[in-house]
Amino acid sequence: MSDDFAIRTKGLRKVYKTGFLRREFVGLHGLDLEIHRGEVFGLIGPNGAGKTTTLKLLMGLNRPSAGEAWILGEPLGSLEAMSRVGFLPERPYFYDYLTATEFLHFYGQLHGMPRDLRKRKIEELLPLVHMERARDTQLRKFSKGMLQRVGIAQALMNDPELVVLDEPSSGLDPMGRMLIRDIVRTLKQQGTTVLFCSHVLSDVEEVSDRVGILIAGELREVGTVEELIGERALTVEVTVGGLADPDGLPVAPTRTNVRGHHVFEAPDHETARALVQSATARGGELYSYLPRRESLEQHFMDEATAVERLAREEAAR
Amino acid sequence: MIRIWAIALNTFREAVRDKILYSLLFFALLMIGGSVLVAELAIGEYGKIIRDVGLAAISIFGLLIAVFVGIGLIYKEIERKTIYTIASKPVPRWQFLVGKYLGLLGTLGTEVAIMAVAYLLVLQGIGAGITGAMFPAIWLTFMELAVVTAVAILFGSFSSPMLSALFTIGITLIGKMSPELVALGKKADNPALESLMTAVYTVLPDLSRFNLRSEASYDMPVEWEYVAYATGYGAAYAAALLVLASIIFRFRDFK
Repeated sequence: MSDDFAIRTKGLRKVYKTGFLRREFVGLHGLDLEIHRGEVFGLIGPNGAGKTTTLKLLMGLNRPSAGEAWILGEPLGSLEAMSRVGFLPERPYFYDYLTATEFLHFYGQLHGMPRDLRKRKIEELLPLVHMERARDTQLRKFSKGMLQRVGIAQALMNDPELVVLDEPSSGLDPMGRMLIRDIVRTLKQQGTTVLFCSHVLSDVEEVSDRVGILIAGELREVGTVEELIGERALTVEVTVGGLADPDGLPVAPTRTNVRGHHVFEAPDHETARALVQSATARGGELYSYLPRRESLEQHFMDEATAVERLAREEAAR
Repeated sequence: MIRIWAIALNTFREAVRDKILYSLLFFALLMIGGSVLVAELAIGEYGKIIRDVGLAAISIFGLLIAVFVGIGLIYKEIERKTIYTIASKPVPRWQFLVGKYLGLLGTLGTEVAIMAVAYLLVLQGIGAGITGAMFPAIWLTFMELAVVTAVAILFGSFSSPMLSALFTIGITLIGKMSPELVALGKKADNPALESLMTAVYTVLPDLSRFNLRSEASYDMPVEWEYVAYATGYGAAYAAALLVLASIIFRFRDFK
């Protein structure tokens, strides 16, 4: 299998059997996904979309019902591959009777790391996640954010080539979220591949090289944020001052700001340019010209709503 | 080995830092101390009663810990999702099970050792006499716990704590009466029942082999060959159960 990919899946499928009658529920429909080495890949989707199922299959926590997958060139379930992977599950619960240092030693031991190396790595990781002062505190006294940070530290104990994070920003305050983004950026600079799921789409947009949108167990779209959002929903905010009468301009103003300047929302560059031309011809002065693209969040909401509508229509038929 | 050791040490550490075990240990020590009072009330056989009640306390409280901690050992890891960060490491699932098992066994060994020391001190203190058979009796009590813990781990690897508790307690009770079951089958004069009882005896652990309480209480001699044989039987039985548990656990999904 090609070594260019940190993760590659082919028709990966998971069917759960639930209840007394063992009714089938498809958690993931034949996932085909390729994540390149050194890439930061964000997987987004609504609750129940199959994000966690995907990660559980990749991390060997669940067995696929069909399909194949390779992690760092090794087939799924390979212990060799798992020795080069770091994983932080969603809402992790850790052994709360351990101190932060004992906790990290434990996970280092699971990677077969000798004591000296573990000690050195712990000294390196605790400052990275801002936990130096809590090194001898039991995890039961940690806040949710501290648990998340020490959880990330355990995922990095083995200097992984691939880091998989399930909702790493969940329950974190803005400072905590910023720390996670910084860690992801640092990992990327070091050449580490990062796959992460998140509901905080602004974070995904900010740090991901590529994004996959998973809805109802199906991968709907994959691409860079620019590719996904494209130019199709570009708007331009234009602020013009000194206009006596905005009537008759190509676009009507949306509001007036505190300085009395008129603010317009042009649907595209062409209209915006025509607006600026007309406004300046009337003696107006251009104060700002801000192209605005659709956010990943808006795009995702559109996709999710469309899928939901289709499902409703199908159910009604 | 470092991985099994890490998991075993962590399991031991969890038990040591868990206050419930201290309360169980407290009651066990109380019962050992209380055996003196019980013996005072009995007419004659003073030393025998103290020796018997003390050994019974070690066995009962050990079994309580083995069953109730053992059945929750795997379930808790899955329920709290702590298993996620372990199963995603380069740790084969059998090593996880063996590590958990050895960790609990270490805890039980420590508890038995503490109870045994208290028991021997009580006997020494009141001059009831320490018999030579007491040491193999205590050792085989520990081996019995090793088998029961493996039974609890086996059921805990695939079923809920409630079912695991029912199965483990059931097998422990049947295991303690297995020679009686075979005798019952022979007495019944029914070939089918006799075959059934023999099959039950063959498949389920014969825990009566670990019971040397009478020998210890009445100061009867115990052959070391017998102790070695019972130890080998317990170790082999526990190992077989762990192999079975590992096979089942290997295919388990963590939801």
